[in-house]
Amino acid sequence: MNSSIVLSLTTFIYAFSAFWYLAAWVFGKTVFGRVATWTVIIGVCGNTLGIGLRWVESYQLGIGHAPLSNLYESLVFFAWTIAVLYLIVEKKYHNRTIGVVVLPLAFLAMAYASLSPNISDKIQPLLPALKSNWLIAHVMTCFVGYAAFAIAFGLSGMYLLKRRQTAGSGSLLSHFPETGVLDELTHQMVMFGFLFLTVGIITGAVWANSAWGRYWGWDPKETWSLITWFVYATLLHARLMRGWHGKRIAFLSIAGFLAVLFTYFGVNYLPGLHSYGAMGQ
Amino acid sequence: MQKENVSTNIFDDLWDFFSSIKLTVVVLLSLAATSIIGTLVPQNQDPAMYYQAFGEVWYRIFHVLDIFDMYHSWWFQFLLLLITVNVIVCSIDRLSATWKIVFGKTRSFQAARFRQLPRREEFVSDRSQEKLAALLAPVVADNFSYSTVEKTDKSTLVFGEKGRWSRLGVYVVHLSVVLLLLGGLIGSIFGFDGFVTIPEGESVDRVQLRNGHAAIPMGFEIRCDDFSVSFYDNGMPREYRSSLTLLEGGQPVKQKDIIVNDPLRYKGINMFQSSYGVLSPKEVSLNFESLESGMNYQKTVKFGEQTDIPEGLGRFVIRDYTGNYRIRGQDVGEAFFGVLVQADKAPVEIVLPTKIPGFDNMRKGAVAVSIRNYTPRYYTGLQVTKDPGVWVVYAGFILLIAGCFITFFMSHQRLCVEITGSGKKNKVTVAGFSNKNKLGMQNQVTRLSKKLQGVVNNAPSTMQSEDPS
Repeated sequence: MNSSIVLSLTTFIYAFSAFWYLAAWVFGKTVFGRVATWTVIIGVCGNTLGIGLRWVESYQLGIGHAPLSNLYESLVFFAWTIAVLYLIVEKKYHNRTIGVVVLPLAFLAMAYASLSPNISDKIQPLLPALKSNWLIAHVMTCFVGYAAFAIAFGLSGMYLLKRRQTAGSGSLLSHFPETGVLDELTHQMVMFGFLFLTVGIITGAVWANSAWGRYWGWDPKETWSLITWFVYATLLHARLMRGWHGKRIAFLSIAGFLAVLFTYFGVNYLPGLHSYGAMGQ
Repeated sequence: MQKENVSTNIFDDLWDFFSSIKLTVVVLLSLAATSIIGTLVPQNQDPAMYYQAFGEVWYRIFHVLDIFDMYHSWWFQFLLLLITVNVIVCSIDRLSATWKIVFGKTRSFQAARFRQLPRREEFVSDRSQEKLAALLAPVVADNFSYSTVEKTDKSTLVFGEKGRWSRLGVYVVHLSVVLLLLGGLIGSIFGFDGFVTIPEGESVDRVQLRNGHAAIPMGFEIRCDDFSVSFYDNGMPREYRSSLTLLEGGQPVKQKDIIVNDPLRYKGINMFQSSYGVLSPKEVSLNFESLESGMNYQKTVKFGEQTDIPEGLGRFVIRDYTGNYRIRGQDVGEAFFGVLVQADKAPVEIVLPTKIPGFDNMRKGAVAVSIRNYTPRYYTGLQVTKDPGVWVVYAGFILLIAGCFITFFMSHQRLCVEITGSGKKNKVTVAGFSNKNKLGMQNQVTRLSKKLQGVVNNAPSTMQSEDPS
């Protein structure tokens, strides 16, 4: 058993759980929902095991380091944080329809990591610049933030669908949580993500200062993380101080997540220095 | 009189303008949108490159708008100034009201406000009002930092309050943003960002600034005693290491090996491992192979110094060296360039790539030259910075995290337990509200209500405990 096999299996387990959530929602059967939840739990176990094995394998190769050093490893960790965060939300709010939109995101992250020809799953040694204790703190906090934003994005999508539901219709949308709950939950997720994004940017800045002597250099990745921060800061101010709710918050949350995606993937196509998370490594 | 009124109005208008959240939203979104430009157009490149890439017209437009160094342009700095003023004015504007709530000596609980709440929890009990109040007040006191019991002619009210101070969290965040910008400003005024390159064994006492062409004295010398680079098996770089000695007045004052992520700091100046390169070695050990006799002769020659080859095969001198020699576009690494002078013949230029032994044999001359060995010589490239604002920025970082945490996850909560009715039929109503996270507060009210009900139900029965009077 090596980490690649375990992680490939995890990809399929997440796909299964997404399928069960869909089935539970469409057929309204609680038993499917319970199966879905257990499938996610198994998926998270597999994901955890895969990350752990990869960590051990890197030591066996004599280049031991935490598996958070390239695009493949970050995607695997991204999927893990989405799934874990989702389980917490499900436990807290007792609604499995959120899984219908969130689990596909965890699956997509894993599938992209495993199947994209541009992403190498080889365990690589660390470049000198990455050899820092800040690596783990920086990557972990950033991705917890990204995962929270991913869930907020899913919730905003659900909100926009739900508000089009006509009163009294027995459509599938009636199983979604109420718009008020979706709206509030989006806000909660954004706050949680914002805190972690803030800590992620700060740990990155402190690291940059210890590696290169400047805490901020306007490189494209740094700048895009700040753009993301500005978008969510706007959302929070608009909501808390201007009382924005519903549709406008949902749109801002979606815009914020697009900024997250660009920070994560798009920046690799721009000229710059922050290339550790880039393709082909 | 008239004049004063006008000026007050202008001041009020300005104050209103800068304290508006609309301004915050507009400036934040403008910062987000304009920041994109600098990620699409590479910053601080050679003007010739821009000219080539954009053509004359766009080059001129971009140049006027400072697009090539946009994060330091007047208009971007103006946006930063706007957001700073906005943050400060907003905070001052709202702080006095918050201050009264947080530090007010008298707390006022209006029962009417709780009665209007849409969601209230209720349960009934056959105990008397006094008994219920006595049972429930300690539970509220346990869950809230402040609690009080009020009695009116019809009902008894138990109030609880906690987290008043959490309302200050947002001011901590705003203060931190101001500190970050202030720290950046201090750094850009009193600090510098430069680099030095030092060949092994040599020292420098001036640093070349990145913006502009000035070299400024550091007040001490940096000597590079040694530089080494190591690689992983797959060819990826593993470690860059410079052994540095700092000298003041010729006397060593500090010695340290620095690697990436582990800089040297001295008197407010930081030295970071940033790049390296190879220099021409001082001497090279050569082999001369005579085609006629098949004999091999070894000689160590100094760079640029002529040497005689035995058997009267001529004289040879090493003239040049490069770290990356290319053969048909392919980089073959280090190479030496020499000149062979033979009697009655024109001088021949000889290339000696170190990774291709026997390269000169292909020339099929009377003598074939090859490199036996040499000691590589490196120079180290150091980033040298001074930033007295960095501690202000770090203080800002800590406050930003603490402030965000308080603002998002702590709230000012108020609760009211109202006991109404008479004799043995009393109703308990639990309601509460908070300034944030309404959903969470509702859940908490529900939980607390269940707990209160449990306390009431589990208390010893009325007969035994209640005062017979």
